[in-house]
Amino acid sequence: MLRGKQTWWFEKRPVIIGEATVVGPDEGEGPLAADFDLVHPELDMQQKSWEKAERLLLEQASEFAIQNAGIERDQLQFYIGGDLLNQIISNSFAARSLGVPYIGVFGACSTSMESLALASMLVNSGSASYVLAGTCSHNCTVEKQFRYPTEYGSQKPPTAQFTVTGAGAAVVAASGDGPVVECATIGKVIDLGITDPFNMGAAMAPAAVDTIQAHFNDTGRKPSDYDLIVTGDLAGVGHPIAKELLLQNGVPMDETIFGDCGLMVYDVQKQKVQAGGSGCGCSAVVTYGHLLKRIKKGELKKILVVATGALLSPLSFQQGESIPCIAHAVAISAGKG
Amino acid sequence: MATKSKSNYKKMAMSPKEYQSFAKTMEPPRSILGNCLKAFVFGGALCVLGQAIQELYVHGMGMTEEAASNPTVATLILMSVIVTSLGVYDKIAQWAGAGSAVPVTGFANSMCSAALEHRSEGLVLGVGANMFKLAGSVIVFGTVAAFFVGIAHLILGTGGQ
Repeated sequence: MLRGKQTWWFEKRPVIIGEATVVGPDEGEGPLAADFDLVHPELDMQQKSWEKAERLLLEQASEFAIQNAGIERDQLQFYIGGDLLNQIISNSFAARSLGVPYIGVFGACSTSMESLALASMLVNSGSASYVLAGTCSHNCTVEKQFRYPTEYGSQKPPTAQFTVTGAGAAVVAASGDGPVVECATIGKVIDLGITDPFNMGAAMAPAAVDTIQAHFNDTGRKPSDYDLIVTGDLAGVGHPIAKELLLQNGVPMDETIFGDCGLMVYDVQKQKVQAGGSGCGCSAVVTYGHLLKRIKKGELKKILVVATGALLSPLSFQQGESIPCIAHAVAISAGKG
Repeated sequence: MATKSKSNYKKMAMSPKEYQSFAKTMEPPRSILGNCLKAFVFGGALCVLGQAIQELYVHGMGMTEEAASNPTVATLILMSVIVTSLGVYDKIAQWAGAGSAVPVTGFANSMCSAALEHRSEGLVLGVGANMFKLAGSVIVFGTVAAFFVGIAHLILGTGGQ
């Protein structure tokens, strides 16, 4: 049901009955290492190309998510997913091995919550009983496609971010045990003219602000209604900007804990990740790996995940275009109580 | 569950210009002096190494200084390619910046890294077509610059033998 201008309210309370995360070595050295289902010790995962390695991450995460949900693969009715590679090949190829009706989506790094929102809407509307939402990214595929060859020696500025090698997938069901997806706010594309692809945080912050405010306006909720609000991958530069903008606009973000997945997935002080993590996998592995576990443990009751995405292509920024950005917010709460 | 009291937050009032200058103030400072110093130290050390190799060819193998310059460059290129292939050059470059990019080793790294990266697309369309992806512009603009320098020399009557 539409509530306000851009928020879907899921009155049937779709449930995340199983989720899984698979990550690479750098994430395995980060503070959340214990929360991931599988940590690969090597970036290439014994695959012949980076692209194959990224696909493997997603295939494994989907497989584990289905197992964790306790369902059979043929009970799954739809798969919704996307990634950062041209023509979202990681997801389309993983969907080939899944053999489930597939909807490919693209929202850059906001894909995690875009796919979760769509999966929840399918379930809420009665169009499906079991839907898998997934996304992935790999540091080296992204470097190769968007920046330079992985072994090329270029110095990155402190505003740059480090793409997460990881995949997250979640099974959304009409009934069962698990955290409940309450509502989702779909964001608008916002572009305030930042052109530096090494400063994505600053480019994406206004999109996060716009979606967070729209979410509160549509639902009538306040920041204090959430135990935790996290942005997807604004990291060390973008996150303080978003907080500052929200406070300026009169949103009392200091009444809740306002975090960022890009700052949680790595130890930003110790690991060489510049401003923090980014990529489709960033918000996916933190949400599905870490945050849902904290909800299940009872440490968190209600959270809002605002996944942020920069909708640029290597072509668009070489042609001097600014970086259009988007953010999608999904509210997740503890199932019972 | 949702409270009835409507929140109504005002929209962002900043213009793109205002936002860009605000975002600039939130950027962590870049240490220009520190980067220059590191580049000087590392780039300088590379050049000292190059000189040492050349001396080795001159005194160890009895080459003339001119004859020794080609094998010296080749040795540096080989070293850069090995370090790149071991996955270390990019890590050095994050510290050394221009110090590792400017010397001939940087040029070798740009070609080697592109060749490695695109090996998965085959020898012709991958390695062959992408090897000069980064190095190509150095060659193009190097040639263009040489052309204009040559013209200048011709006009001034200063160049050539």
